[in-house]
Amino acid sequence: MVDTSVVLSGWRLDNPVIPASGTFGYGKEFAEFYDINMLGTFSFKGTTREARFGNPTPRIAECREGMINAVGLQNPGIDHVIREELPAMKEFFHKKVIANISGFSIEDYAYSCEKIDREEQVGLIEVNISCPNVRHGGMSFGTLPEMAAEVTRAVKAVTTKPVYMKLSPNVTDIVSIARACEEAGADGLCLINTMLGMRIDLKRRKPVIANTMGGFSGPSIFPVAVRMVYQVARACSIPVIGCGGVETARDVIEMMMAGATAVEVGAANLVNPYASKEIVEELPREMERLGIERLSDIIGIVK
Amino acid sequence: MYKKAIYRIVENRPLTSSVWRMVLEGDTEWITHAGQFVNIRIEGLYLRRPISVSDYDEKSLTLIYKVVGQGTERMSCMTPGEELDLLTGLGNGFSVDVASTSPLLVGGGVGVPPLYNLARKLLAEGRRVQVVLGFNTADEVFYEEEFRKLGCEVHVTTVDGSRGICGFVTTAIKDACSDFDYFYACGPEPMLRALYDAVEQDGQLSFEERMGCGFGACMGCSCETKYGSKRICKDGPVLTKEEIIW
Repeated sequence: MVDTSVVLSGWRLDNPVIPASGTFGYGKEFAEFYDINMLGTFSFKGTTREARFGNPTPRIAECREGMINAVGLQNPGIDHVIREELPAMKEFFHKKVIANISGFSIEDYAYSCEKIDREEQVGLIEVNISCPNVRHGGMSFGTLPEMAAEVTRAVKAVTTKPVYMKLSPNVTDIVSIARACEEAGADGLCLINTMLGMRIDLKRRKPVIANTMGGFSGPSIFPVAVRMVYQVARACSIPVIGCGGVETARDVIEMMMAGATAVEVGAANLVNPYASKEIVEELPREMERLGIERLSDIIGIVK
Repeated sequence: MYKKAIYRIVENRPLTSSVWRMVLEGDTEWITHAGQFVNIRIEGLYLRRPISVSDYDEKSLTLIYKVVGQGTERMSCMTPGEELDLLTGLGNGFSVDVASTSPLLVGGGVGVPPLYNLARKLLAEGRRVQVVLGFNTADEVFYEEEFRKLGCEVHVTTVDGSRGICGFVTTAIKDACSDFDYFYACGPEPMLRALYDAVEQDGQLSFEERMGCGFGACMGCSCETKYGSKRICKDGPVLTKEEIIW
């Protein structure tokens, strides 16, 4: 029997497979397909202080081996999530969840994190400073080390739960941002969010996405994610959740060898609603094939 | 509820120069309403392609699709015997549970197909069904006879007048069918909008949007309604006339 468990800041997960924020809603759409308690956990839809509709449609575009989304953080707001979504989630998900929080000001982040901190269903807080689809917020907090550090400090000051900062790949040097978060007190990091991308409709001579640009995700960004996880994990001593283009158990293992303690699965859930389930099921078999007894032994094994 | 399963193609043939009909064999237990759709995995393309169900029975379903891009282009090259990975039972579909004895069905172009199963259901309940089918030109017309064979009163309209009533679906409604008490519509958004403005009766309208997942997870296809935002794929594609915000 192989051991797939991993530990994130004292929180033991049965396995490292975590559906990524924005691809899994608040869990209920997937609970209709399978029992999602088999997952390590999942990261719920990026939530902000106020409810948001997001960007105009179309906000989805097909790419070669991937997709662009410009949803723009549509969510019902932190109060609704606490009042409606978390109690509803209790019915079908019996593990703790990752709360993904986004904001448009330092105060927004602190407000939402302080509120969600009181919820016993939340295992850790993932602070999204990397959404490419909103102006005056999101990614702008994650592209400058000082800003990233400021958000980290503000959130740490109002929470008792582990705080993981979700980083953007759309930066010159992701290591400097990661280090700034660590120095400011982050308990962990999650990377990468989507890469800024664009498609053009040749017949209409216009961008496919109404908002012109959007976040590119899917298997084609996997090598970039592995590289960044590798760079950050070597430079920091806090745990890293690897994310970006993961589709198979082999991808999970590769991400962990690069330095990830756990791994998020994003776009794959959208094209195959069973993607995360299939990865969890395949993981022990793949470990046996590769002679891995304890998954946590391979974290950052590539030097 | 919805389901992911493998379906076998039993028929795939053109109805016009760009519209094709594909019949698939497989489990249809999750399809419960006319106007629901399936989301099709196509080898070599990343996102699934959502196509409305034109008709279904216990073991087969019929899709009518227009070749408009890479996905539908590849579908048109598929042959009987090939298998497809589908998510089925997606979307709310049309509700026939309304107090109407004489409903009007309005379809524009590839908005026509989902109305076929709807017409069957309404006729089975003993209602008088009038259908307006709108196309640009005579060579785009399909399914006129099929609706007639079901027992519908069919009015065809073309923009250039090459077949049936010359004009838009709203022209045909004004000229030929005044005594309906409810309507169902599917077609391009400008047609839906014109219909919404022209018709006093209540009704249901089926919308289209670029989708990521097709089952309500990604929020890619949201629209605003009088009752808050709705996902076209999960809370739609059918909205009631009364809740629509243009």
